[in-house]
Amino acid sequence: MTADPKGVLTGEHYLDGDHAAAEGALAAGCRFFAGYPITPSTEVAERIAARFPRVGGVFVQMEDELGSMAAILGGAWAGAKSMTVTSGPGFSLMMENLGLGVMMEVPTVLVNVQRGGPSTGLPTLPGQADIMQARWGSHGDYEIIAVSPSSPQEAFDHTIMAFNFAEKYRVPTMVMMDECVGHMTEKVVIPEAEEIEIVPRKMYDGPKTEYLPYEPDEDMVPWMVRAGDGYRFHTTGLTHDEKGYPVMNSKCQEKCVHRLVDKIRSRIDEIVVLEEDGVEGADVVVVSYGITSRVTVPAVERARKDGINVGSLRLVTIWPFPENRIRELSRKIKTFIVPEINYGQLCYEVERCAAGNAETVLVPHGGGWVHDPGDIYDAIKKGAK
Amino acid sequence: MKREVAAPATEAHPMDELLRMDRIPHIWCPTCGLGTVVTAFASAVDKLEIPLDDLAVVSGIGCTGRVAGYIKVDSFHTTHGRAIPFATGLHLTNPKLKVVVISGDGDLISIGGNHFIHAARRNVDITVICVNNFIYAMTGGQVAPTTPLRANASTMPYGNFERPFNIPYLAESSGAVYVARWTALHVRRLTKAIAEALQKPGFSVVEVISPCSTLYSRRNRIGTGLDLMKFYHDNCEIKHGADTRELDIGFQEEITVGKFIDTERPTYVESMNTWYAEVFGDQYEPYEGSAK
Repeated sequence: MTADPKGVLTGEHYLDGDHAAAEGALAAGCRFFAGYPITPSTEVAERIAARFPRVGGVFVQMEDELGSMAAILGGAWAGAKSMTVTSGPGFSLMMENLGLGVMMEVPTVLVNVQRGGPSTGLPTLPGQADIMQARWGSHGDYEIIAVSPSSPQEAFDHTIMAFNFAEKYRVPTMVMMDECVGHMTEKVVIPEAEEIEIVPRKMYDGPKTEYLPYEPDEDMVPWMVRAGDGYRFHTTGLTHDEKGYPVMNSKCQEKCVHRLVDKIRSRIDEIVVLEEDGVEGADVVVVSYGITSRVTVPAVERARKDGINVGSLRLVTIWPFPENRIRELSRKIKTFIVPEINYGQLCYEVERCAAGNAETVLVPHGGGWVHDPGDIYDAIKKGAK
Repeated sequence: MKREVAAPATEAHPMDELLRMDRIPHIWCPTCGLGTVVTAFASAVDKLEIPLDDLAVVSGIGCTGRVAGYIKVDSFHTTHGRAIPFATGLHLTNPKLKVVVISGDGDLISIGGNHFIHAARRNVDITVICVNNFIYAMTGGQVAPTTPLRANASTMPYGNFERPFNIPYLAESSGAVYVARWTALHVRRLTKAIAEALQKPGFSVVEVISPCSTLYSRRNRIGTGLDLMKFYHDNCEIKHGADTRELDIGFQEEITVGKFIDTERPTYVESMNTWYAEVFGDQYEPYEGSAK
């Protein structure tokens, strides 16, 4: 299906990444938003607060991020596409109900405009140090989907992409922006509503007495219903059977959690979105995401001018990790260069998949600013030797 | 004289329609007050003839947190303390749903305390039934934000010295439009209060003092659940409209029960619609729910 024109602000705009993400949510059909102000993500909430009253949505500023995340799960169960937005400290608080969203299989979107950490860290400056928290931040075993835009245009596009992933796989999906992308202003083109592909919710419409809320379909994703539609279903954060009833034993745990993991893990290549530039036949491949993928461009160009055979692999989706592609490349290349605004997070995933076939070199940055392309260039040069 | 013959056991129980009979027996202890609370809730829903398809129950965590799992409506067993914000999301997306939060004192007033006061302040149109057993029971008898002074708890092994919350006062001062307190003994009055709360537009709160014989009363050597019911019988004073500031509960002291607050204030959605209609005029379509 295509987007509801009511929320689509078709045209050319000059927007920052935060505002563009808000427009992406509106275009995707988001009509329930609960959030709590936190720098540098607040502008997303502000724009939604301004836009929602005239498109039939409800914005509520909650008392904290714990409540925000809980509220968007409730909103989704009542049938809305729902979203929240946060940064650093708020992201930590949302981990609690992110887990509930994973367990109840609630399609919803969480935007994290990353800042420097730990703790309150650098509220107004960029970081990419929540990457592992996005993957592992809530307790227990699960798989998650996360995208990482590098420009305001992508903040718009990828937010829609995140809603589509959330609906297709019934999993909370994250948009892992950073302060730089959130606050940079660029041209954003919003297409006509009929040009925007929207994945509809996988709604059950069979006999009411036969509905089992957690009976998986062939794609391992169960059918959903809305509160108020007469299915009178139960759902819980506890380990549950197909009826959604709690069952406290390891057999049910195996069945319940294994599927939550497998519905994503067995379809990684179907989910993964990559942008490759000169990767085939390269000696060195720079693996990057978010704002860092833009900083990588001049470094790669300079190295190529020096005659170095370097490719660039940009992760649009960062979770699930593109294991197969990295494994495949590791057998063909010499070195992976991984610049990220942290002291090593996604580089460990690259290293794991390279499994000693290729060397993995981290180009760290503590946060507060982006890399000097020269640092990435130096690593490429060294990696090519 | 004609005598009524008891119905055969195979006949449907009047509460079958509202309970998930496939989940019975429940996990609650003998003489726990929760069975009474569920019965009172079911009776209130039945009396009001609320269509069960339009009703949603949300619980948090703890003994009372299990209520959602036994009630055969759209029911949500959420995380500790987050039943109210979860319910807020359900209600704001579909204001036609009748959303009821049934949870315990620890869940709603301690870990969920912030959500409780803010939902009351916003006057979100939901009903909260707060079952207060004075203790964290599911985890084994730890001190709660409602444990009376001097009462013993596993984490107050020498008696509680922390001042407890007075729930009706907290609810009223935060903005709740309906506040009542009854005990598990006052079945008829409790049922009536729940029915009134369900009909009240806005944030309504019914506190139910409920016996916990396994932890609270055993640890404090005050008898069984039945003894607590006798205690409620002998020591509860009904004072409708009482000043909520005077509703503190001391250890084995008199408990004031009654309907304390019953007032009118625009709900969150009403306030939003009124204000936006004023701001945007004809451009604003009154919000009645976003789910399509």
